[in-house]
Amino acid sequence: MELTGAEIFTHCLKEEGVDLIFGYPGGAVLHIYDALYQQQDVSHILVRHEQGAVHAAEGYAKSTGKTGVVLVTSGPGATNAVTGIADAYMDSVPMVVFTGQVPTSLIGNDAFQEVDTIGITRPCVKHNFLVKDVSELAETIKKAFYVAASGRPGPVVVDIPKDVTAARAEFKYPKKVKMRSYNPTVKGHPGQVKKALELILSAERPMIYSGGGVLTSGASKQLTDFTRLLGAPITNTLMGLGSFPASDKQFVGMLGMHGTYEANMGMHHCDVLIAIGARFDDRVTGNVEKFCPSARIVHIDIDPASISKNVQVDVPIVGDVGSVLKEMIKGLKESGKKLNQTALKAWWKQVDEWRSEDCLKFDRESKLIKPQYVVETLHKITKGDAFVTSDVGQHQMFTAQFYGFNKPYRWINSGGLGTMGFGLPSAMGAQLANPDSTVACVTGESSIQMCIQELGTCRQYGLPIKILNLNNGYMGMVRQWQEFFYQGRYAMSYMESLPDFVALAESYGHVGMRIEKPEDVEGAIKEALKMKDRLVFMDFITDPEENVYPMIPAGAGQNEMILV
Amino acid sequence: MRHIISILMENEAGALSRVSGLFSARGYNIESLTVAPTDDPTLSRLTVVTRGSNEIVEQIIKQLNKLIDVVKLMDLTEHAHIEREMMMIKVQVGSMESKEEVKRLSDIFRGNIIDVTPSTYTIEMTGNGKKLDAFIAALEDHPIIEVVRSGAMGIARGEKALHL
Ligand SMILES: Cc1ncc(C[n+]2csc(CCOP(=O)(O)OP(=O)(O)O)c2C)c(N)n1
Repeated sequence: MELTGAEIFTHCLKEEGVDLIFGYPGGAVLHIYDALYQQQDVSHILVRHEQGAVHAAEGYAKSTGKTGVVLVTSGPGATNAVTGIADAYMDSVPMVVFTGQVPTSLIGNDAFQEVDTIGITRPCVKHNFLVKDVSELAETIKKAFYVAASGRPGPVVVDIPKDVTAARAEFKYPKKVKMRSYNPTVKGHPGQVKKALELILSAERPMIYSGGGVLTSGASKQLTDFTRLLGAPITNTLMGLGSFPASDKQFVGMLGMHGTYEANMGMHHCDVLIAIGARFDDRVTGNVEKFCPSARIVHIDIDPASISKNVQVDVPIVGDVGSVLKEMIKGLKESGKKLNQTALKAWWKQVDEWRSEDCLKFDRESKLIKPQYVVETLHKITKGDAFVTSDVGQHQMFTAQFYGFNKPYRWINSGGLGTMGFGLPSAMGAQLANPDSTVACVTGESSIQMCIQELGTCRQYGLPIKILNLNNGYMGMVRQWQEFFYQGRYAMSYMESLPDFVALAESYGHVGMRIEKPEDVEGAIKEALKMKDRLVFMDFITDPEENVYPMIPAGAGQNEMILV
Repeated sequence: MRHIISILMENEAGALSRVSGLFSARGYNIESLTVAPTDDPTLSRLTVVTRGSNEIVEQIIKQLNKLIDVVKLMDLTEHAHIEREMMMIKVQVGSMESKEEVKRLSDIFRGNIIDVTPSTYTIEMTGNGKKLDAFIAALEDHPIIEVVRSGAMGIARGEKALHL
């Protein structure tokens, strides 16, 4: 069957099972938009800014495990998408971004709305393709989806010149792709698995440290089984929250810069560290020279380049986390061996002592609304069952610390890149993918303004997101650093002339609420959640000077936390 | 330590910039980088000479392998190998004396004079980098007008080979 490039595009999406894409039109993609208009299989969500499209696709992907799809035009469409693409790259989100390009005959001529999209995105994509001929289009799209979702996932950009979308070619969607240059390892090496088990079983003070890779792999169950079988304490990275139930006794909270005392002390004092789908990010390790000084380390990761990058490990296992954990569980069960129970008991006694420090305590008698209390209340009312997105700053850390994620794929945030503006659009993606679930966006008055225009998208598609704006009047996280490390010189961290968020929300056709007293918090959230089909913007006026504790200052070791 | 890494890559537009971009983005050192198609027109072969501790070189190799277009690579420094670089060098030879002297030096270093004018000789020479450096040093007072070097290429000795 002979089709135009634009028709091939829509057919390929259908073949890939894509039901929803996020995008914004423009000259270079008009043929594609015309083809989209004339079919029913793929729906298109019109955002208000291309950055929003990419974050929305991330929210969609992170809440479902499916690949997010974006369509933008050439030039400014592509450059606006770059922040989102970089964000998806840092957090290993499976995504295919289609960018329009000027016609092949004009490439390199500084044509209207031409940018070197391949060049600009190269350092922040898993891979990118320029489609030079319509005959290559279908196969390239097939490869793009395969690369994006396999191995360690990531964004793939497909740059399509306008003439390619008009040209005709025989359409045949390849059933399979084979790329001789790309073959991610899935199964862990049996010898390494055996070595790892031997090391783990020799531990007296074992610690499990797991990250977003567990979610990517769909291995929460295996992680939970393995952890329970072993009986060791487990901590999650910011990206890994929800992969192990937060309410489980073995869970010692998040680790890292704003991790719990018990998690960071556990890391510092353990003798065997089991790192699973985590990448030893600097926000986790603190000063690497002081990291886990007495531990021998097992590291399971699908990306060989993540192994021994920041911290040298003793037993690396390259492979899919789920598949490796399954082997390890089998190995443990078959051998019938257990950890030294006396040592483990003593270790737990120590961990529980650290836990009794109650490092997340905050002033519950305050006359001001404490941000922690808002998040805690949200947890209580939603029974920990909501999809929660966040932006970047103190509110993000409070959400990570206080929401208590018991289920995987519920926590959606920008971990690696730390992109303010992520919260609202990613909530749109999560809401579209999960229309019957509660989706909450916990944000700050500075972050929300970075993609505030997406309130229009929410209106257009009737997305009943619940926005909890923790309005402290400051760029709180910046102010906190300035208080701690710059003697309180609050350079540019105060946001004067804030909008009236209630009126702003209402002007978009949403419901706005302003909450100023602690005693009104619970009622407001309950009321908002009752409005099942409305977006509610809750503007909580919170304690302007609250800080996030504990904190590991830059350059310090994990045992050198600042506590409340 | 100095490492010579040979890479087989898909012969696609932009493949080279993926490699050079990786080195600059991650702050790895590049001493030289050469690239050309192979007998298989779908493959290019790159040779990168880099320096770094064992940990860094291990990371470089992993990151290179992670590039989707990289099909296969080999750290030649881990095996017995032959390294060659080609140089073309244009030297001022005004007097009869200097003509004779430069010709003699070139012969000693097994160079070929590939272009001659009344006042210049252009010499072609291959060898490892040190030999080429030594030749440049040996030219001493003969004014060098221009030097072009290919950067190093390498191949493993014996049965060992980088191929598909
Ligand atoms: C796009 C972007 N610009 C700047 C920053 C640096 N930054 C990190 S947190 C922060 C302040 C965030 O303030 P707000 O959204 O009000 O949240 P709060 O910390 O007060 O909870 C800033 C400016 C960033 N992360 N992202």
